[in-house]
Amino acid sequence: MTLHPVARLAAQRIALGLLLLFAASVLIFLGTQILPGDVAQAILGRSATQQSLATLREQLGLNEPALTRYFSWLAGVLHGDLGIALSNGQPIAPALAKRLGNTLFLAGAAAVIAVPLAILLGLISVRYLNRWPDRLISAVTLATISVPEFLLGYIVIFFLAVQYQFLPSLSTVYDGMSFGARLHAIGLPVIVLVLAVLGHMMRMTRAAILNVMQSAYVETAELKGLRPFAIIAKHALPNAVAPVVNVVMLNLAYLVVGVVVVEVVFVYPGMGQYLVDHVAKRDVPVVQACGLVFAAVYIGLNLVADIVSILANPRLRHPR
Amino acid sequence: MNDDLAKLLAFVDKGGLGRRAFLGRTAAFGLTAALGTTLLPQGLKAQEAKKGGVVKLGLQGGESTDTLDPGLANAPAKNNVVRQWGDTIVEVAPDKALVPRLAESFEGSADSVTWTFRIRKGVKFHDGSEMTPEDVAATYRRHSDENSKSGAFGIMEGIKEITVDGDNVVITLKSGNSDLPYLLADYHLQIQPKGGMDNPDAGIGTGPYKLVSFEPGLRYVFERFADHWDPARGHYDGVEVLVINDTTARTAALQSGQVHAINRVDPKVAKLLSRAPGVQVKSIPGPGHYVFIMQVDKPPFDNKELRLALKYAINRQEMVDKILDGFGTVGNDFPINASYPLFDESLPQREFSLEKAAEHYKASGHDGSPIELYVAEGAFPGAVDAAALFQASAQQAGIPLEVMRVPDDGYWADVWNVKPFCASYWSGRPVQDQMYSVPYLSNAEWNDTRFRNQEFDDLIIAARAELDEAKRKEMYSQAAMILREEGGVIVPMFNDSVDAISEGIAGWIDDPQMELMNGFLTQKTWFA
Amino acid sequence: MMRLPVSALIGLCLTTAYFAAALLAPLIAPFGVAEIVGQSWEPASAQFWLGTDSIGRDLLSRMIWGGRTTIFVAAAATALSFGLGSVLGFFAAVRGGWVDQVLSRLVDLLMSIPSLISALVVLSVVPVTIPVLILVMGILDSTRVFRLARAVAVDIAVMDYVEAVRLRGEKQGWIIFREILPNALSPLVAEMGLRFIFAVLFISTLSFLGLGVQPPMADWGGIVKENKEGIVYGIPAALVPALAIATLAISVNLVADWVLDRTTSLKGGRNAR
Repeated sequence: MTLHPVARLAAQRIALGLLLLFAASVLIFLGTQILPGDVAQAILGRSATQQSLATLREQLGLNEPALTRYFSWLAGVLHGDLGIALSNGQPIAPALAKRLGNTLFLAGAAAVIAVPLAILLGLISVRYLNRWPDRLISAVTLATISVPEFLLGYIVIFFLAVQYQFLPSLSTVYDGMSFGARLHAIGLPVIVLVLAVLGHMMRMTRAAILNVMQSAYVETAELKGLRPFAIIAKHALPNAVAPVVNVVMLNLAYLVVGVVVVEVVFVYPGMGQYLVDHVAKRDVPVVQACGLVFAAVYIGLNLVADIVSILANPRLRHPR
Repeated sequence: MNDDLAKLLAFVDKGGLGRRAFLGRTAAFGLTAALGTTLLPQGLKAQEAKKGGVVKLGLQGGESTDTLDPGLANAPAKNNVVRQWGDTIVEVAPDKALVPRLAESFEGSADSVTWTFRIRKGVKFHDGSEMTPEDVAATYRRHSDENSKSGAFGIMEGIKEITVDGDNVVITLKSGNSDLPYLLADYHLQIQPKGGMDNPDAGIGTGPYKLVSFEPGLRYVFERFADHWDPARGHYDGVEVLVINDTTARTAALQSGQVHAINRVDPKVAKLLSRAPGVQVKSIPGPGHYVFIMQVDKPPFDNKELRLALKYAINRQEMVDKILDGFGTVGNDFPINASYPLFDESLPQREFSLEKAAEHYKASGHDGSPIELYVAEGAFPGAVDAAALFQASAQQAGIPLEVMRVPDDGYWADVWNVKPFCASYWSGRPVQDQMYSVPYLSNAEWNDTRFRNQEFDDLIIAARAELDEAKRKEMYSQAAMILREEGGVIVPMFNDSVDAISEGIAGWIDDPQMELMNGFLTQKTWFA
Repeated sequence: MMRLPVSALIGLCLTTAYFAAALLAPLIAPFGVAEIVGQSWEPASAQFWLGTDSIGRDLLSRMIWGGRTTIFVAAAATALSFGLGSVLGFFAAVRGGWVDQVLSRLVDLLMSIPSLISALVVLSVVPVTIPVLILVMGILDSTRVFRLARAVAVDIAVMDYVEAVRLRGEKQGWIIFREILPNALSPLVAEMGLRFIFAVLFISTLSFLGLGVQPPMADWGGIVKENKEGIVYGIPAALVPALAIATLAISVNLVADWVLDRTTSLKGGRNAR
């Protein structure tokens, strides 16, 4: 039995993705090895003495050759064991799972608002092309995209938390918090993230639809006397899906892997802060684990984008 | 009652002025002390502590890599966390008096070599077991073990032997040290069951609050420990410690009422913050100071003239004004100020002088190549700005100072104690001996300036065993002058510790030793 | 001559003004970049048009000098990423086969590690200097340009006129520079607007994390960071550079929009930060 071409392509891409993951883990490991200092020095900090450094290195197994350490880590991962953080002796998997959950929660909340809003604004922009709604949307989204996120963060803290106490300035979430309380806590970072990713997706939607609007079938629809918004939403948008999905995936990846600054400003316990802390401590197993998750998210989202593009395009769906 | 007095009263009510200071100032208005006392607002009369409520602290200085091992506590959030669940055997009170805690009493031998601590009975650990002298001895053994990672290892080094004798723990030193009880008040030395040998990061101690849950670098939750031995401590039902490393986020959390107390207020905004409603800013002068350190064994810093040139080229007052916004005092190139016992006020202050700087620079015969000062934002708050100020004034004196800004990440491992000229800080020690011994003795483990001076060493070591206070003070003054002239350390300023608390908190006492009342805020205060 | 829409005209004027101020900094800045002239956070006055910063330096002068750094680094990094990314992208598209596979997978690999983390690692190892900043940002960003350039070029490479040139026996270099580049220019120029802004934001973020240019040199992101404590108390010193970044972003993109409106091509990702 032969596989459907799309399934075969997906299988190929998944295999390739796994290979990429492996390569990424090697690259990340190399990165941690070239960083100056090691975890022993980082743990002891200013109170390090030669004696205590040597003892700690021995305890943590840092005197093993780099290759041995990499492969013992890899063997662990293949058995589903992410190991133990060198810096505080806590098992990595549960801590990482919690952080990843938080990150996905924040990214998800931002995406649920940003994606439909960006597409809607894109549609409105095309509908009123070069008229004031288009220009207004363009200018505002460009402005929000251009303000550094940390500043955007401080501005919303100032107005919405300190001046009017509308939402909390701290977004710390923890076990035992209800879903509603969590949503309330992440209000401000969601606002900042939505503003940060909205512009890019909206501009992409607008550009992609404009591209399609010149096609013959859109002209036909126009000649049939359909209402402009119906033409855009029902005829142009479905044919602009591939580029829109691509940019949406890029931004989703950004929401997952790129928000460390927002986490710092709002004290949100996500993956980014967790990774940066452990890079600073040279805690290689944790950095490896985080890197693996980030790479997997990126590769996975790309895979989804590719497959959706293929499914959306009949010519790609049925290759010659 | 005149307007000034009304203002003063309002100020006392806000908690801005202590009782003694208030009475001192009423005298200035021509009032008698007696009248002053009757005018004293409700706030300062003997207060009855109220029980209840959950107090939340928003603290800088925690990471997701943190552990609960008190030996590894080396940043503010961790230092405050150990105060919730632990107790030490003695404490140093805000007025520097020694207070017995888990020890009922203590005494040293005449030569200060043998110290006997009588351990309190009937004290329970959070796991229900009873604290014994063995637990105390085991704790000290753990921290003084050569293989220990403890931050207290340095202060335990002078200990020769720790033994248990009935209800007593007896500590024998290698040589006499009349300051030993001060050292045992160190926050690393929280007494743990079996000394924490098998489980150093269990977070179990005898303190007034019991650990409920924690996520490293994020949030620590405590509840009141019902069996705490001292009913005078721990008035809250619970404590929550939230780690907030970003300065702006921290002040915003206090202003919006999400936390009740924060540490490390940026001095630049302290005055602005004090105008915010519902907030009290607490600025306490202390022994903490910022330093620029030159390694005196590496060129060009092996040249005393060049070191003096740099010492004269730094505008200390400008730094206090602009980096600390006035929340601090100028330094004098030795690590001691008025917050230490036996401080000599009469030592001459080094003044900023471009002429003298230029003169010494010329005398040094330096070749004019760039002198690189390494600095990171994390070296001390405002370090990069301070380096920029230093560079500007040095260049006016013709000294080619260049600032090399490096990332915070790796600063303490790869720059401090490695590069010959960099920025750093000291948080101060309870006594002069320790502040001199830890970084400046020839054989000191943390001799980051590579300062080696026999005369200085002799003075410090002799002062340790000297019982005549006047003589001891004189010895410390001589040592200070040697370090000031010959040393590789530039001390531009002593920084006040600036905390901020919400107005709802009563019972605050200024404590210069460490921030947030030396970490005792949750033990000693209550909700008004 | 082409008629410029008003928005593009505004964009062009502002962009030119910013670039001119950057170039002429030594002539027009009233004070030196490191010169301490007053108290902390003085309000705007006749002497200091924008007031002073957190340690008493003239904010206007720092803005002008900072613009010089920010615009230069961002422009150089963008140029590098486009040079590198587009040439390699075209090359991959024209050659196809294993060359395409190797380059594309390499780019996937680089992109799968968050840029900020890569930058943090590299900048922790090598000293942070302006050439290093440009190199790191340029290389990391070139991955996005590569993907776009390759996608555009794949479409062009199958066109009849390219096939004709190929049959004529021209070398690959000729195909890339004479056939593909001119036809792919518009989408790349349009993309360049956004990429430039992301470069500006990337330097700002690095500065926020303490990895930016060396003090006392200024860059706009660094000035935001130096003065950020004041924001919550209504001190505008941090908002001025943020406003500058935003207006520069908008004006560059108004120009890019104008180019985009004349093409039908698409843009890359914010992920570059």
